[in-house]
Amino acid sequence: MNNRAAEDRAQAAPCPGLPQPCARSARPQSDRRAAVPAGRAGAAPGHGGRAGAAPGAAAVPGPRRLGDRPGRRATAHRGEAPRRAARRRPGPHRRPAQAGKSAKVAGGDGALSRCRREPARRGGQAVHGGALLGSGDSRGKLTARERILLLLDPDSFDEYDMFVEHRCTDFGMDSSKNKYPGDSVVTGRGRINGRLAYVFSQDFTVFGGSLSGAHAQKICKIMDQAAMVGAPVIGLNDSGGARIQEGVESLAGYADIFLRNVLCSGVIPQISLIMGPCAGGAVYSPALTDFTFMVKDTSYLFITGPDVVKSVTNEDVTQEQLGGAKTHTTVSGVAHRAFENDIDALLNLREFFNYLPLSNRDPAPVCECHDPSDRLVPELDTIVPSESAKAYDMLDIIHSIVDEREFFEIMPMYARNIVVGFARMNGRTVGIVGNQPKVASGCLDINSSVKGARFVRFCDAFNIPLITFVDVPGFLPGTAQEYGGIIRHGAKLLFAFAEATVPKITVVTRKAYGGAYDVMSSKHLRGDVNYAWPTAEVAVMGAKGAVQIIFRGKEANAEEEYVEKFANPFPAAVRGFVDDIIQPSSTRTRICHDLDILASKSQSSPWKKHANIPL
Amino acid sequence: MAAAPLLRCGGRRARLPGWETLYSRWCLITSHNLYSSVYDPNEKTFEKLLIANRGEIACRVIKTCKKMGIKTVAIHSDVDANAVHVKMADEAVCVGPAPTSKSYLNMDAIMEVIRKTRAQAVHPGYGFLSENKEFARRLASEGVTFIGPDTHAIQAMGDKIESKLLAKNAKVNTIPGFDGVVKDADEAVRIAREIGYPVMIKASAGGGGKGMRIAWDDEETREGFRFSSQEAASSFGDDRLLIEKFIDNPRHIEIQVLADKHGNALWLNERECSIQRRNQKVVEEAPSTFLDPETRRAMGEQAVALAKAVKYSSAGTVEFLVDSSKNFYFLEMNTRLQVEHPVTECITGLDLVQEMIRVAKGYPLRHKQADIPINGWAVECRVYAEDPYKSFGLPSIGKLSQYQEPLHVPSVRVDSGIQQGSDISIYYDPMISKLITYGSNRAEALKRMEEALDNYVIRGVAHNISLLREVIVHPRFVQGDISTKFLPEVYPDGFKGHELTDLERRQLLATAASLYVAEQLRSQRFLGTPRIPIAKSKRRSWELSVHLGDEIYPVAVSKHGSSFSVEVDGMKLNVTSEWNLASPLLSVTIDGTQRTIQRISRNASGETSIQFLGTVYKLQILTKVAAELSKYMPEKAAEDTSSILRSPMPGTVVAVSVKPGDTVSEGQEICVIEAMKMQNSMIAAKTGKVKAVHCKAGDTVGEEDLLVELE
Repeated sequence: MNNRAAEDRAQAAPCPGLPQPCARSARPQSDRRAAVPAGRAGAAPGHGGRAGAAPGAAAVPGPRRLGDRPGRRATAHRGEAPRRAARRRPGPHRRPAQAGKSAKVAGGDGALSRCRREPARRGGQAVHGGALLGSGDSRGKLTARERILLLLDPDSFDEYDMFVEHRCTDFGMDSSKNKYPGDSVVTGRGRINGRLAYVFSQDFTVFGGSLSGAHAQKICKIMDQAAMVGAPVIGLNDSGGARIQEGVESLAGYADIFLRNVLCSGVIPQISLIMGPCAGGAVYSPALTDFTFMVKDTSYLFITGPDVVKSVTNEDVTQEQLGGAKTHTTVSGVAHRAFENDIDALLNLREFFNYLPLSNRDPAPVCECHDPSDRLVPELDTIVPSESAKAYDMLDIIHSIVDEREFFEIMPMYARNIVVGFARMNGRTVGIVGNQPKVASGCLDINSSVKGARFVRFCDAFNIPLITFVDVPGFLPGTAQEYGGIIRHGAKLLFAFAEATVPKITVVTRKAYGGAYDVMSSKHLRGDVNYAWPTAEVAVMGAKGAVQIIFRGKEANAEEEYVEKFANPFPAAVRGFVDDIIQPSSTRTRICHDLDILASKSQSSPWKKHANIPL
Repeated sequence: MAAAPLLRCGGRRARLPGWETLYSRWCLITSHNLYSSVYDPNEKTFEKLLIANRGEIACRVIKTCKKMGIKTVAIHSDVDANAVHVKMADEAVCVGPAPTSKSYLNMDAIMEVIRKTRAQAVHPGYGFLSENKEFARRLASEGVTFIGPDTHAIQAMGDKIESKLLAKNAKVNTIPGFDGVVKDADEAVRIAREIGYPVMIKASAGGGGKGMRIAWDDEETREGFRFSSQEAASSFGDDRLLIEKFIDNPRHIEIQVLADKHGNALWLNERECSIQRRNQKVVEEAPSTFLDPETRRAMGEQAVALAKAVKYSSAGTVEFLVDSSKNFYFLEMNTRLQVEHPVTECITGLDLVQEMIRVAKGYPLRHKQADIPINGWAVECRVYAEDPYKSFGLPSIGKLSQYQEPLHVPSVRVDSGIQQGSDISIYYDPMISKLITYGSNRAEALKRMEEALDNYVIRGVAHNISLLREVIVHPRFVQGDISTKFLPEVYPDGFKGHELTDLERRQLLATAASLYVAEQLRSQRFLGTPRIPIAKSKRRSWELSVHLGDEIYPVAVSKHGSSFSVEVDGMKLNVTSEWNLASPLLSVTIDGTQRTIQRISRNASGETSIQFLGTVYKLQILTKVAAELSKYMPEKAAEDTSSILRSPMPGTVVAVSVKPGDTVSEGQEICVIEAMKMQNSMIAAKTGKVKAVHCKAGDTVGEEDLLVELE
């Protein structure tokens, strides 16, 4: 052991410019290393069993790499020589600039703090490294700090609370070998493309990322500050659940976070990226945030794990089936998008962040745009098929209208009969909602109404103008829908569009039938600019059904008459329900122009404590 | 164009502004014609002409009609209701559903349209009814002028057996072979042995490579006979076959002729059409590098002799095979306007469509043989919606999500009948356009072609630009050393795209890396004054890692003003551009070399595909840090669900368009499901053979029900 400590120092020495670990830090470190098996054994079954998140514990922590201190080299050398060799960072990477910066936060970087900072940066890996890596984590989970490194602009991370330790004294948790500076989460602030963001990244290598009172306190601190300053909070979730040893203190910690999630809701954008297990009570924090993204194959979200499910309902189900990325992005609608791996997810998150305003006090961001706002889109003149029963892809319309064909779709695999997502028009972020005629004819059903409603409310809360493309044959009929409560779920979308006060531009591309016409950001719901393409059909219902009701099928020519009368945009236009019938190719130009005008829109609703959306 | 301001929309018409502007733009574009036949406005001509065709050739004919002041009538199938030719014409009438047999070949419907619209003449274009003597006869019987030769000439030349006899009598060199119809496979073998292998078995009524087989032995002859007769029966409704000596490694050179009804005939020089795949032409040029003036004259005179022998009037093409000793053999005569006629127009300055219309109206030719020049050089590339990496081109279908013709390049002519947003469907020829460049000499024409191909934006469907570009820069092609076997000889293992030299690879890497950095820099630029100031990055250099092919290249980029200095493989390159990230075309100067590249796609994960020197390369660009970490990301085996088609919703199966054993291409419609009174087309997610079909028309299916399995 002393040898290893010596090795630590020896390894550290050749790196010039690094704060050298002092003798004091080397000591407890080696102690901890010795205590690895005990520490793990104690932590893992505890929290794992509680939430049925045993997988979390079983899931081997990601190998620690970037931001590693020299000391870890010596600790992670057992049974993994080839991988470790590849992982060695050349000098610059092992010298993150946080070292200096975090000093500002901590207030002076004396020898003492420097010594404690080293183990904090290592987290649990310093201890677990070698042994756990031997069991081989081939699933590509990055460490908490590596994730932050990729998410934020280089050298922009200012870390908070590096010296915070958990305060549990039971079950031997107070022994120094079970204390990790910083505990199981890394928190701080940084920049994404120059813009401020607050971040927390749970460290699975420390007690499985389990949530202690201190862990929760660290998260709450940055959330409070984010809300005060007005900047988004991004959570990188990778936690086995509650810190069982702390009992109710851990639960209190969750509740503290939940409360802040709720208070921040609509004030600052909150984004959760699930990068490991997230089970039990822990799932409610992501659920309360605005967007939940997942990493395929390594992240899970469930209330109870497969073991508990088996014992209660006798269902055999795998983690992946129960709460994997595929389940939540296609079946449950819990997650908004899934990404291939940690790197893919973090890079996409950076791109996504650029669409968002920092808070509800900020307007939608405007990026430099190279796509001319007066670009005509000739293909739109022919995109709607002449047969009204034939489908087309609403995404084709969206891609061709928005800047540079870039569309960040939200929930692309769930309730695909409605398309929602972010794009830019002449550089300005807009939220796009469109019925998708290609899927289930673009009808509104329970899932698509809820999906649309949540998106519309996000945009409204954060000053993002809404552009709605309408081709909706109506609400989906049937017992499944009625029993499922399509009335109250459909009402959510209606509610969301009606209450929204951001600029609302609507384009009816084809069908706008029945109640669904009203719902889809119609003029009557305070739509600012409502356009119809010449192919639009604004009517109570399709001609066939209408004629059957009016004439009980007795009039032979009635259907033609109905088509003539209502299957076109004019009845709506003469009543002023659409502001203009436009050449489809000019849609982009018009919308860009309208958005410029509407940027100064100001509209208010009667005072209320809050509205009562039909939940 | 009185009908222009009318916008078509689902059978209804709404008068809307905006179209005029588009139309006038379009007119501007079409002024690049590269032919200059003078139009005499005092010469009386037809008042109204119907074009019995679609696509680029219909547009081509309409352009000349407009110039001559003739009103035009377009016909179209229902899927073509919004096609360009329909919009260009003064009138348009639907003649039936998508399959050609029910629309563009539907003579009854077309005759009805002619009567209704009172068109005085019909231009058949090429393909479809252009060489159909029955159609010409029916037109004649109703007193409508057919813009083409008379029925007799069509019949004589349309039949390969008869045409060969005629050619022999007119003292035209012909290929040794059997002059009669082959009755059965045994006879085919006997005749083949007499002529000597290899032999060519072809449909008597054929053309365009259909129903054509080459046989090198008895067995292949039997097989070829069977396939060719099947193909001939299905394509032309005529299963008669003939056999002739197959001239190995020949060139395909054809002579354009133009004759009037007064016994005058001219030859308008040759077109070299040797670059072919599966007997279909890909690159054509005029003149040919191979012909000397004597051979040219000999071929031209024989062609004219043949035209006179059949009392030919209108434009026609006499095709010859030319062997390496400049012996030429008559192959066939096409009694129509050829696809590749523009190259002849470029070098002679004649508008062939205009001449055809004049001749059909009964006017004598205005030119003498001595007036027909060879001015400069013209090259034509046929741009197809097809994947050149599979057998030099398997059709691809889809919507042209972006489409921009390279008309800003000087001396470029593009004959096309599609526009951005058009669908390339399975019903018709997958040709996107004909791209023609002209120069004072061959090198100039080829240089412009290179530039034009680089500047051609086609997105949404696979296309053969990469193959075309490789062909026109290949040393053998540049030297003129070509034959009809050029492609299989040059690419024996199939076409694989451009092979980068070391320098080109560095250029590509440097460009891609610069583009990445430009994008990164732009994403930090926000307009307005944000409440929380944006931290300005002072970063001036980037260490990147670029994945190209199987290699990972470290690339260092540093910014100097608007240009980037990029270090790749120990070499420093200077990359300058305007970095307009929205434009589909990007002009980049790399150490003084100008390249036009196209960024086809990009995503947040650093994956990007770039069209460089015609070929699309896939790259992944990551920062050095991300690249180091990406080593730990597990490789994921792609889950293949593309071979199973499930119903995405409950509904009724309206139609199933495949049966087990069929080969379907990616994107092809497999079946149609009606749900909520909407027809949803289910398409194949990959190219393959149909293994099983689990539904039939009329079935009611539930969500996720298995419909079709592919192998």
